[in-house]
Amino acid sequence: MTAQRTLATAGRVLLQIGHDPRTIALLLVVPSLLIGLVAWIFDETEVFADIGPAMLALFPFIVMFLVTSISTLRERRSGTLERLLSMPLGKGDFILGYTLAFGLLAIVQTAIAGTYAIWVCGLEIEGSMVLLFVVAIADALLGTALGLLASAFARTEFQVVQFMPVLVFPQILLGGIFLARDRLPEVLETIGDWLPLSHAIDALTAVATGSEDADWVWLRILFIVCWIVGAIIVGSLTLRRRTP
Amino acid sequence: MMNNVIETRGLTVRRGRTTVLDRLDLDVPTGAIVGLLGPSGSGKTTLMRAIVGMQITRGGTVTVLGRPAGSRALRHRVGYMTQQASIYDDLTVEQNLRYFARIVGAPAADAARVIERTGLTGQTRQLARTLSGGQANRVSLAAAMLGTPDLLILDEPTVGLDPVLRADLWDIFRRLVDDGATILVSSHVMDEATRCDRLLLMRDGSIIADTTPPDLLAATGAETAEDAFLTIIERDRAGGHHLLGEVTNGAANHRRPSRRRGRRRSSSSGRERSAGRDGGTR
Repeated sequence: MTAQRTLATAGRVLLQIGHDPRTIALLLVVPSLLIGLVAWIFDETEVFADIGPAMLALFPFIVMFLVTSISTLRERRSGTLERLLSMPLGKGDFILGYTLAFGLLAIVQTAIAGTYAIWVCGLEIEGSMVLLFVVAIADALLGTALGLLASAFARTEFQVVQFMPVLVFPQILLGGIFLARDRLPEVLETIGDWLPLSHAIDALTAVATGSEDADWVWLRILFIVCWIVGAIIVGSLTLRRRTP
Repeated sequence: MMNNVIETRGLTVRRGRTTVLDRLDLDVPTGAIVGLLGPSGSGKTTLMRAIVGMQITRGGTVTVLGRPAGSRALRHRVGYMTQQASIYDDLTVEQNLRYFARIVGAPAADAARVIERTGLTGQTRQLARTLSGGQANRVSLAAAMLGTPDLLILDEPTVGLDPVLRADLWDIFRRLVDDGATILVSSHVMDEATRCDRLLLMRDGSIIADTTPPDLLAATGAETAEDAFLTIIERDRAGGHHLLGEVTNGAANHRRPSRRRGRRRSSSSGRERSAGRDGGTR
């Protein structure tokens, strides 16, 4: 694994997306539009103030999961991954290259969605703005890392899209958006407590309401980062130079 | 020992219950275009993937440039062109090759060199998606040529191309060999056999002849390579393996003792096909 090959791979992924303006537009605008829609739905209530931060966790996470899993699956299917693995490319170069490229997009996407939620939709943030963006970016990176992992277990585009309900929906259901986690049945509460998206939602809500201090939020970020690192390691283990 | 770029001994590959390669012994000499010919499904791609080190093998050894296939050091020295054009659709020709050049560790100028060599100068800034099949194929070949590898493994590079393009590609191969490379190229277009220095004919996971184009025609009395190949397959099928003695030259001699070894093993596994053929050898 070398920095040169990792950066070359990240640059190449960004170049590919650069040739696809529609994907860029969707990537950058869709989360903001959805957040705007949620804000509009609850226009005459106080609900958006409660779930707005969670939306900031949700939509970038889902979008990054989809984009990453499909583009790495394409690489597996087009034969380019096999070509790369016959070359002196480390598996880490490949995975980290993708993480870097999509991580960069995630940062831009989150900046846009966050700005939109605060200044256009009127989401009130009591806590630190910086912390809000750190959590949101970690959350989008989590989507990228899980997307990389999912593509390893999918052979077709149909399968990879099906992985979204499998890996993403339970996290949304158990994340405490629909019902606070401490009111869930005990088993589900425990499962929810170990899922990374729950912590992203908790952390964003805490920053928005100013209910917890910075250390508490950083602990949540650390938990999410552990999941990201774990998913990346398992993902690179699933890359095999020798196949049947 | 460096006379041979590739040596396989007893190479066996199984996929599920089918044996794709069956105790295959093979020597590929340096500085030649070696054609790997055979009907589809005969195991050509599997053999090539084993040589590149991307194939899980069941037994035997594959030595490439004096090292076990797939060694880290070989990844700079072996260029592999897969059957489908393995390039990025949504990058230009130049962007594709620049990226692969950085991965191989070749200087940036190398991308321009292989573009020129494969006659893609006019398409440099074109998106790969908009290329014709032949052009996309040549980009894939150009990527395999990056870093001037000592050995090029080309899997059906001419499939689906018109005769003019095919002739162009064979000219490129010849120039690469003149520059000191060795090429193992597979094809199921038998007419291309005459352009090779050496021929390996494959059928059902075994090399059934190791010969040269003139010897092949002389031994079978056929007019064209295609007829010659059909003749050999007929003889092989009929179990008349001894007839191949006239076709194969010295390089194939090492193959026979191993067949006898194989027969002992196969008697226990009850593989009728190889047992029947060995009967013919006796």
